[in-house]
Amino acid sequence: MTTSGSVVFKNIRKQFGNFTAIHDLSFTIEPGQLVTLLGPSGCGKTTTLRMLAGLEHPTSGRILIGGKDVTMLPANERDVSMVFQSYALFPHMNSLDNVAYGLESSGMRKKDARERAEESLKLVGLAGMGGRLPAELSGGQQQRVAVARALVLEPQVLLLDEPLSNLDARLRRQVRTEIRELQQRLGFTAVYVTHDQEEALAVSDRIVIMKDGDIAQQGSPRDLYEAPASAFIADFMGEANVVPCDVITVGGQDATIRIGAFEHRVPSRNARLGPAKLAVRPNAITLEPATGAAFPGQILHSAYLGAHVEYEVETSNGKLFVVDPAVERPLTPATEVAVGFKGRGIAIING
Amino acid sequence: MDNRNRRLDIALGMGLAAFVLIPWYRIEVGFLSFGWLADFPADPAVAPGILHIIGGRWWLSSAALLMAVCAGARFVSDPMRRGALLAWSGALGVFFLSLQGLAVGFSGWTWAISETMFGTLVDGQPSMGAGAVLACVAFVLIFSFGLAERGVMKGDAFIVASIAMLVFLVAIFVFYPVGSMLIGALQDFDGSFNPDGFIRNIQDPSIWSLGCVAGGERCGVAWRTLWLAIMTAGGSTIMGLAFALVATRTRFPFKKGLRLLTVLPIITPPFVIGLALTLLFGRAGVVTQSLSSLFGIEPGRWLYGLTGIWIAQVLSFTPISFLVLIGVVEGVSPSMEEASQTLRADRWRTFWRVSLPLMKPGLANAFLIGFIESMADFGNPLVLGGSHGVLSTEIFFAVVGSQNDPSRAAVLAIILLCFTLTAFLAQRFWLSGKNFATVTGKGDSGIHISLPRPLSIGVHAMVIPWMMFTLVIYGMIVFGGFVKTWGLDNSLTLDHYVRAFSLEFANGTIAWTGVAWNSFWTTMEIALISAPLTAAVGLLTAYLIVRQKFAGRNVFEFALMMSFAIPGTVIGISYIMAFNLPPLEMTGSALILIACFVFRNMPVGVRGGVAAMSQLDKSLDEASLTLGATSFRTIRKVILPLLRPAITAALVYSFVRAITSISAVIFLVSAEYNMATAYIVGLVENGEYGVAIAYSSMLIVVMIAIIAGFQLLVGERRLRRENRVSGIAAAAPTTAIGQEKTA
Ligand SMILES: Nc1ncnc2c1ncn2[C@@H]1O[C@H](COP(=O)(O)OP(=O)(O)O)[C@@H](O)[C@H]1O
Ligand SMILES: [Mg+2]
Repeated sequence: MTTSGSVVFKNIRKQFGNFTAIHDLSFTIEPGQLVTLLGPSGCGKTTTLRMLAGLEHPTSGRILIGGKDVTMLPANERDVSMVFQSYALFPHMNSLDNVAYGLESSGMRKKDARERAEESLKLVGLAGMGGRLPAELSGGQQQRVAVARALVLEPQVLLLDEPLSNLDARLRRQVRTEIRELQQRLGFTAVYVTHDQEEALAVSDRIVIMKDGDIAQQGSPRDLYEAPASAFIADFMGEANVVPCDVITVGGQDATIRIGAFEHRVPSRNARLGPAKLAVRPNAITLEPATGAAFPGQILHSAYLGAHVEYEVETSNGKLFVVDPAVERPLTPATEVAVGFKGRGIAIING
Repeated sequence: MDNRNRRLDIALGMGLAAFVLIPWYRIEVGFLSFGWLADFPADPAVAPGILHIIGGRWWLSSAALLMAVCAGARFVSDPMRRGALLAWSGALGVFFLSLQGLAVGFSGWTWAISETMFGTLVDGQPSMGAGAVLACVAFVLIFSFGLAERGVMKGDAFIVASIAMLVFLVAIFVFYPVGSMLIGALQDFDGSFNPDGFIRNIQDPSIWSLGCVAGGERCGVAWRTLWLAIMTAGGSTIMGLAFALVATRTRFPFKKGLRLLTVLPIITPPFVIGLALTLLFGRAGVVTQSLSSLFGIEPGRWLYGLTGIWIAQVLSFTPISFLVLIGVVEGVSPSMEEASQTLRADRWRTFWRVSLPLMKPGLANAFLIGFIESMADFGNPLVLGGSHGVLSTEIFFAVVGSQNDPSRAAVLAIILLCFTLTAFLAQRFWLSGKNFATVTGKGDSGIHISLPRPLSIGVHAMVIPWMMFTLVIYGMIVFGGFVKTWGLDNSLTLDHYVRAFSLEFANGTIAWTGVAWNSFWTTMEIALISAPLTAAVGLLTAYLIVRQKFAGRNVFEFALMMSFAIPGTVIGISYIMAFNLPPLEMTGSALILIACFVFRNMPVGVRGGVAAMSQLDKSLDEASLTLGATSFRTIRKVILPLLRPAITAALVYSFVRAITSISAVIFLVSAEYNMATAYIVGLVENGEYGVAIAYSSMLIVVMIAIIAGFQLLVGERRLRRENRVSGIAAAAPTTAIGQEKTA
């Protein structure tokens, strides 16, 4: 991989008829980074990626790749390549021909193209499988052929649209590690689309969270997890419980919040005094059997999941979803509990 | 940018060549004979466009000027402005070229208004030739490239150019002729506006008379045609339904044979049934003769008229109706019938209250198809109708007969077109979305209930005699060629075959002495040229319709499909009206036959292609594009290999249609380019039934051989385990034809 390009979206807007899929999207991706577009289904991730590939053209706005304006260029004249959700391997060509296809399209001699394709297959661990038709490969192998086919062109930017969604859970973990490892080794720019926050956290340098055709928040995985800008992000990044609270003191690193009669110290992160919201991760809540606590609750449901127990707890501030590792002490429904918070996994959401 | 400049340079080079290097106007002996090279460029007859401008045909200069603007636009650096400039001058170029072609005829202005505006022209112009056509093409390409540079169709020049070219061609070969015919109805011989002929003909009692209702008199040809179409549609729908029920709901032993019947109408030239009926029931027919000798029944002429045409049409179109209805009958979910039975309905009630109502939209569809087919049928009425014809034959006789009244032909054609288009629109809008056929992806495990007993007896009573009758008819077609003089001298002979297809070997060369060879080879040549063109144009259109979104896509698709509802006779008459005079002169050439076939049969290719392509995942093309392949390469390397079955179907169908069709062809053939069907009809008119039948059966055999050959040539795809795509393989050939009929 010799070149890795930057990507700039400037005020991109995309309409399908009367429906606006993307409102006003601007972001920048530095060369060599892996950036994830994350968001619920239908928020416009695929549309964004397809505009970058040239498969859709924006209604207005500019797209720059490697500093060059490509807004009007057709897909086949852009220096990007894409791994499709369905892989889109050509069913009538074997793996080697699939991988060599792009090289031959750009005018390379058949023999050279095949040599390079062979190398590329080796890179993804499929040496010697070139003669097989896609239908004769397993799902994971097909996925790797798709990656090899995109990478062999040494594009400035590699696009991946939910590349793991057709794999089973175990393979998903392995392949995502492989993709990330390959990206860091070769140093190419990659834009990765997923709706799975765990996958996004695992592979990304940066995450752009989208909602209804707009950017909800962008930043490093850590920023997004620990300092969500809104209840939506907090919930999306880890099924957080959002609890209304009052910030009563702010000083230095810490702030004190109050919920009813219950007080707790949390990292302040620019918190302002007054009413606010608290994002609480399910695993940051402690439950103790007790009556008349400062923050009382009552178990509604419980589910034993082997490594932990999940609870739904009714409180005066709404229902809380709790993940408790203490499997040896299951709490039965209707038990009165005292709700408490741990030191980590809690963030104040301003505004 | 270099890619854009390269393709633009090619288009500009074409434009330059059009004006400078080749003759602008049509050359009598044909451009491809290259006889013009000797006199080029000085002789005005073969001079290039640029010399004509200098020589006084100043109206061509606007086009040359626009071409120069295009060349200048090449050097504009701002891509958006460059694109706009190219698109505008390209569009204007096409516009001006068409306008001048229509406005300036052989002897000067065609229209009075331009005469008063610009003064009289001393000299007119001949028809467009290679130069003018090439200039048009160059302008269309430049227009498309301009739009592509502005980002239209995601900047894909191939796609934009394909759409523009197709629209351009359909406009020339479908809308322009039909439009010319409509205008021709209102014109005098010299082209001036004169509605007299139109008014006289549209009020003609021989068209509209309702005398038969009042008693005595015969009805007008319009009503007779309508009546015949309704009767034929009704008859073939009922027969088709009976067949479909027998094939799906009974334990009839010859179901395979039934399915085979559906292939017959595809390979049978349309008048052959009529011909075979003549041999059975005509005045000299076997049945007539034996009845006369056994019971002394006077040989009658009852066959020659609506009754005979009706029988022939029901025989011809029942297989089509069967093809449409079998899907409908199979599509009624067995679980509905099972549900009805568990609700205590007996078989009879289940059939009448559940199965039949669910088939109703399908039945209406089959009826409308039968209606359109009957209206458009030309061969059977020609053979059986004699002088008491229907609209399609009346149109023919209005042009070729002693009447020679183009205005009457145009009026009749307009009436016919109104009938078929109404039926087509009814089918399109009224029936669309009303199909209850419940074929789902879920495996429907139930079984259809068997028919109530009386109904079962009824359908068998219809189907079995019909099948035997069909066997007799086709037996007649094979046998009739070997009989000396039908009805009079039934001794066996090879004479007819010898007369049609004799060969002589002399001095090591073959002399094609048979009378049929000439038209046979012309037919093969034209069918072989037009089949791949039809398939290519049809599949390209299908690709554009399925895979590209563009403004007016629905209108585009609709217009294409509509051209299928235009009866061949109407196409034929409109082609001779449009392409007989400048600006485009093609009558008497092979080109006009090829154009006619391509644009008449293309909708089938489109249907088949659309069906097959919708099953190919779109991300395959997108993957190819993001891998740097152009759309053209994508089509060639990815889509075509996966569409092989659809290609076979389109090739076979267009090939066979080119051989069997008669209605449009009979207007367009010439001494030099005579087609088999037109020749056979001529034989029939001369009473040479033996040779006609021999020739027809030869055609049927050749078509069967060639269909098999095509199948081998295109071959199968090697896609193991990929059942989604291979599902198309089996279905494509028959569904394409079924869909064309339902289109
Ligand atoms: N070609 C299209 N025509 C109309 N609407 C579309 C088209 N493509 C996407 N959309 C709409 O745009 C929105 C965003 O779609 P998409 O980008 O595919 O979402 P996702 O984030 O799930 O990938 C959806 O509401 C979808 O319905
Ligand atoms: Mg998506």
